[in-house]
Formats: sequence, C-alpha cells, structure tokens
Amino acid sequence: MMEQAATALSWALLLGGAFFLLTGSLGMVRLPDVFTRMHAAGMTDTMGAGMILVGLAVYNGADLVTVRLLLILAFLWFTSPIATHAVAKAALSGGLRPYTLGAGDGDAAGDGADRAEGGLPS
Amino acid sequence: MNRAVWLWGILFALWLVLSWHFTTLLLTFGVATCVIAVWVAVRMGTLDRESVPVHLILRAFAYVPWLVWEIFRSNVRVARLILAPRLRVDPSIVHFFASQRTDLGRFIYANSITLTPGTVTTGIVGDDFEVHAIVQSEIDGSEENDMNRRVTWLEGEAAP
Repeated sequence: MMEQAATALSWALLLGGAFFLLTGSLGMVRLPDVFTRMHAAGMTDTMGAGMILVGLAVYNGADLVTVRLLLILAFLWFTSPIATHAVAKAALSGGLRPYTLGAGDGDAAGDGADRAEGGLPS
Repeated sequence: MNRAVWLWGILFALWLVLSWHFTTLLLTFGVATCVIAVWVAVRMGTLDRESVPVHLILRAFAYVPWLVWEIFRSNVRVARLILAPRLRVDPSIVHFFASQRTDLGRFIYANSITLTPGTVTTGIVGDDFEVHAIVQSEIDGSEENDMNRRVTWLEGEAAP
C-alpha cells in the first residue's frame, strides 16, 4: 500500500516536472526577448528539474541515492539564479533594452517576436 | 576557528555522501582533502560569516519551505501566462527596496527573487534592487515586501 502510494506520488511529480519543462521550453519560443525568456528558463530549472529530482527521490526510497539526488537539487537551486543573473547582466551591459509594451511602433498588437532581434543600442 | 571546524565537517560529510566507501585509504584521502580545502580557505581569508553562514541554518529550516512554496506558486503563474492563447506579457524593470543589512542577506534576497519565475534581479545598488518583471501589473509590492521581511528575519541580528 505504502509502496503504491509512493509510486503514484513519484509519477505525479515526474509528470508535473515534465509539464513545467515543456511549458518552459514553449515559453522560450513564444516569449519576445531574452529577458522574458529568462523567466521561462527559470521555470525549467526550478520546478521542472526540481519536481523530476524529487520524483526520482520518492521513487527510489530512503537511501544514499536519494540523498545524492537532493544534493543535486540543492546545488542546482543555489547556482541557477546566479547564472540567470549573469545572463541578464551581460544582456543589459551589452546594450540590449528589455522589450516593453509601451515601446509603441506598429507591431504592438503582435507578440513582438520580430522586435526582439533589433535590440541593439540605438 | 569554529567556522573552520564547521566547514571541515560539512566538506567531509559531502565527501562521505558522494563516496560512501569506508576503506582506510579513501577515508584518509577524504580527511586530507578537506583539511587542505579548509587550509586554503583560511589562507585566502575567505572563512567568514559570508562563506560559511552556519548561523543561518536553524532559521533556514523555516525559510526554505516557504520559498519552495513561493517558487511553486510563481511557476504556476508563469506557466499559465505562457500557455494562454494570447500572450499577455507586460515586462518592465521595477525597483524593490531591500532592508537587509549584510551583503549575505541581500545575496539571499536577490537569489530568492530570481528563483521565483516572473522576477529576475538584474542589478543591485546598495538597498535598491533592479528587477525585471514579466508582468509589471502583478508586482504590487506586497509579496516582495513579504519576501524582503522574511529574508531580513533569516539574516538575524547580524552585525553589518
């Protein structure tokens, strides 16, 4: 009984993680510029990787491998915001201006994807 | 000195978890490696409240679960945003006030902001955080104040 509950829980976590990975990847395609895409990338390495690792830990049960899986998660959650921050900082100091709605030229009604490429310093 | 012992203990625990071989040779290597690592840290002068923040451990047990819950909530919010048929992003750079007194506290706050999707810290000048938000109208300040307050509590009564 306990075994089945743990298996069911791990399946739910793995599917949830897969959902967030897929949604994050979709966001990488749909969102207009590097700054908004960072938020989607953040989803994949917080909840996406997080739920999959916890799901594997639950599936595996309480032993050494589980401790190692949770260690991976801890290191990932410590380092990924730093990487994200570095990307944002690099983009900003490279002169890329964040996409905004109010920037108002013709394509404000679109998703702005075609504007993202033109973000060089003016 | 106390901090050196802590660091050695944490490093050796990590060694044990990753190796899990209890032969004399490998344990000796582990002990020696951790001693060398701590010695290098002492020599570089990096062994302080910032690099070995053991004084935060107890309060972190309260903060981390709350942070995980926040991460989950904001993940769901950004997922809904991405999956909506019409993309309703309204990104903007906003500014948050950080009430932490130490660099470590600010570092934790900045990383917590970045870990919750929807907000990414892009710059820090003193107690002013520059944050990129994917939907600026969702930033009403209350949640950020909450996180700010909790990180300041986590930081404790530290000397600046």
